[in-house]
Amino acid sequence: MAKTTPANRSVGWIGLKRGHRANPIEWCLERLIFLVSLTAILMILLIFLFIGREALPVALGRVNTALVQKTIPVSDLDKLSESQLSDYLGLTHDQFASMDRDTLRTLMELKAESVHEGSSNQDAALNTASWSCLVRPHQWSGYPRPEFIWQPVGEIPKYNLVPLIIGSLKVSVVALVFSVPLALAAAIYVAQMARPRIREVAKPVIELLAGIPSVVLGFFALIVMASALHGLFGYPSRLNALVAGLALGVSVIPVVFSIAEDALTSVPRSYVQAALALGASRWKAAWQVVLPAALPGVFAAVALGFGRAIGETMIVLMASGNASIVSWNFLDSTRTITATIAAELGEVVFSSPHYRILFLIGVLLFIVTFLTNLVADLVMHRLKSELEGKR
Amino acid sequence: MTSPHSSDSRARFRAARFDWASFAGEATTALAALLIIAILLIILGDIILHGLPNLSWRFVSTGTGSDMFDVRQTGILPMVLGTTARVIIMTILVLPAGVATAIYLTEYARLNSPFTRVIRGAVNNLAGVPSIVFGLFGAGFFVRFVGRGLDAALSPHQALTVWGQPALLWASATLAVMTLPVVIVTTEESLRAIPQGLREASLALGASKLETVFKIVLPQAVPGILTGAILAVSRAAGEVAPILFTGAAYYMADLPHSLHDQFMDLGYHVFILSTQAPNIDQTRPLLYTTVLVLLVLTFALNIVAIFVRAAVRRRLRLLQ
Amino acid sequence: MADPQPITVPARPGRFIGQSAAASQKLIHVDRLSLSYGQNQALKEISFNIHERVVTAFIGPSGCGKSTLLRCFNRMNDLIDNVRIDGAVHIAGQDINSPEVDVIELRRRVGMVFQKSNPFPKSIFENVAYGLRLQGVQRLSDLQAAVEQSLRRAALWDEVKDRLATSGLGLSGGQQQRLCIARAIAIKPEILLMDEPASALDPIATARIEELILDLKKEFTIVIVTHNMQQAARISDQTAFFYLGQLIEYGSTGKIFTSPSHKRTEDYVTGRFG
Repeated sequence: MAKTTPANRSVGWIGLKRGHRANPIEWCLERLIFLVSLTAILMILLIFLFIGREALPVALGRVNTALVQKTIPVSDLDKLSESQLSDYLGLTHDQFASMDRDTLRTLMELKAESVHEGSSNQDAALNTASWSCLVRPHQWSGYPRPEFIWQPVGEIPKYNLVPLIIGSLKVSVVALVFSVPLALAAAIYVAQMARPRIREVAKPVIELLAGIPSVVLGFFALIVMASALHGLFGYPSRLNALVAGLALGVSVIPVVFSIAEDALTSVPRSYVQAALALGASRWKAAWQVVLPAALPGVFAAVALGFGRAIGETMIVLMASGNASIVSWNFLDSTRTITATIAAELGEVVFSSPHYRILFLIGVLLFIVTFLTNLVADLVMHRLKSELEGKR
Repeated sequence: MTSPHSSDSRARFRAARFDWASFAGEATTALAALLIIAILLIILGDIILHGLPNLSWRFVSTGTGSDMFDVRQTGILPMVLGTTARVIIMTILVLPAGVATAIYLTEYARLNSPFTRVIRGAVNNLAGVPSIVFGLFGAGFFVRFVGRGLDAALSPHQALTVWGQPALLWASATLAVMTLPVVIVTTEESLRAIPQGLREASLALGASKLETVFKIVLPQAVPGILTGAILAVSRAAGEVAPILFTGAAYYMADLPHSLHDQFMDLGYHVFILSTQAPNIDQTRPLLYTTVLVLLVLTFALNIVAIFVRAAVRRRLRLLQ
Repeated sequence: MADPQPITVPARPGRFIGQSAAASQKLIHVDRLSLSYGQNQALKEISFNIHERVVTAFIGPSGCGKSTLLRCFNRMNDLIDNVRIDGAVHIAGQDINSPEVDVIELRRRVGMVFQKSNPFPKSIFENVAYGLRLQGVQRLSDLQAAVEQSLRRAALWDEVKDRLATSGLGLSGGQQQRLCIARAIAIKPEILLMDEPASALDPIATARIEELILDLKKEFTIVIVTHNMQQAARISDQTAFFYLGQLIEYGSTGKIFTSPSHKRTEDYVTGRFG
């Protein structure tokens, strides 16, 4: 009579245990809830897909911006395959499909003409969208030395990514150097050392900083900070990495503060009480016991702060000066990846090499922040397991 | 009469020498907190100081008038309406998706299954995507792909471009994707705070899981969901990068009539005025006042959210 | 003893067979029941019968599985992942774990009161009416009559009749628990499971709950888990003693407490351990 009956019968879908017959409306609703909860995954995948799709031709080296290319005589129109022809003319699949033979012929003629016009320049035969031009310095005609140059507008568009990467890094470094010590110190104070009543006021007020939109911080940096600092120190460019970095730091402070403060508060109170009972002062307990215990969380806070700094757009767009030069001087005007995308996307021709390269740097940015988040997540996960005694 | 050992016992518990390290540590960290608060107050103070004099009901309620740069004549009503419109549409889009996901994660998903972790990973990553990348996504996916597709489907023979360009709908959709994690996380938090005993009582009375969720759990979670919505709105109201290419315009003669129109926006206006206005001294007062309005909007929402959250926590503690 | 009719699965609940107050037919038949969560085995080969219209008490030291067994009777253990059940529980002749049984229907006929009172954050009226509304009772007059009857039965009516619209959370601990009992009996279950219902209450409130149970047993079959042996001795007719997941002894309360057959039972009821 006794038989083995597993108690958790999964009727149907993943994770939807029931064990009874649901009426059809309920069944539909539960399925709907499940499907909708896939939205987050779907969105991440779509972001990858759609940004990657625009950037892919450049990444694969299939975009050729050289003015002088081996021209294919118009009479060879029929000898080329579809993919060769669309590459040569720089068309997407959809655009190609919508054109008839006469249009293609006209395009080829135009291309042959433009190629001849541009051949006076020494760099005319260079594919400026190739990976070697994107990352390595090049000796351009008219320049004394090999340089990294991002200058997409001009006869020979130059797409080197290095000035942009350096610009992003410079500004982020300034932001982190300014904000991390400040935010961490404040977090230690609020989490461990302030009296409860002070804590109740200080924590929300500091977190209120997160409520300031970045365009307002950019405005503040541009209109107030830039002039103030310029008047104070008198360096050449009014808008530079320092000004933008400081304003960026202000926006990073609440991020680092919140996460670090959370991490410090999650350290079991028993640790602190044990230290205090042994005669340590609040500071010593915080510095020697709590901080080391919360180190993974603090690390995650800094990582996320970095992710935030590198991905921020409006502040740097408004306050960094937007000169895409390679310089390690923090007082020079600089341009970041994010500002470049924001400033130039509105003016590019759809599907042009410039357009695609902007998407390429967008992909780069996405990957960097994705990895930063992943690392921070893993670290926090480890922290949680350690606190729960699983390791 | 004092005890004979009183002076000795007091001395016994006094420190041998002053603890400089602890003093310095406490002082430095307290100073850091103070400095941050000072920065906040400086920024807010400066904006209020310069923006308040020109703030008036007329400013907020009239259109741009003849001279867009004169703070005494122009108004920012179109921008306020544009921002409000996109935020409302965003909320309509994001709330169902966010709440449904949170319900799935809390009530239905098996803890620690790989699938649940993938969803959570996706939510976390969505939270970390830079705002300009959302702008790119909005332009590449919503405007170009969905918009063009919609145009092709709705007017196959005429090749009209109605939806395949920057529009209110696409900007709102982009922002909805951006604020999805906020809504999911706050809703989940409020669902988890509801004691398990309530669910058990409902199930023991013969309710199905869905009935329990809709009749007992969700009504309790409404304030928490509200907090999430308000937070999302406050964050989205100030964002400019995602709407740069998906719908914001510097000047529109009319208010947007439909979802496929472009719109004016407070933050975008501040950006354009700051960087492209011809005479910065003339536009400065206008800028300050516009910024003040934007700040009031986002801050007020933020503070409301904080209060609602605190009230929710207090009410839930009553339940325990 | 003839087997009663098995439970069928239509929308309207039917009565179990056996209405005379003196009938001591087996209502719950537990047959070599074993249950494990993951690696722990919580119940080991439990077999016994529970009779109609008596109060049966489960006693034993904490962790011995009595609450787990109780939750088997209305399949609340289904809510836990990784639960494995071997053996069977038959209620009125039907194996409640078999696939034809609708667990919702089961829970309507086997009610439960929990250790920590958990009234819904709704009004007193709505708390009691919740189960009735689930069953489709819509008319306000029907609901009001049923709510009043349940609250009277739970000895709470006089205290709350003037404030039915106020929140259930505003009542004292003992009143909340009686509200939960009223809520559970409003849908007229046949079996009432009570998991340490008075453990969180003061002695006066406890006494009232015990009085209530003695009254309710005229109408319901009650199974109560308690760690308070004196309580078991006071109110139950049959007692089952569990230890480390096994049923050590089961019999009439008088016998268990005065002349138990097993030494371990005797040690427990005389307080030598537990």
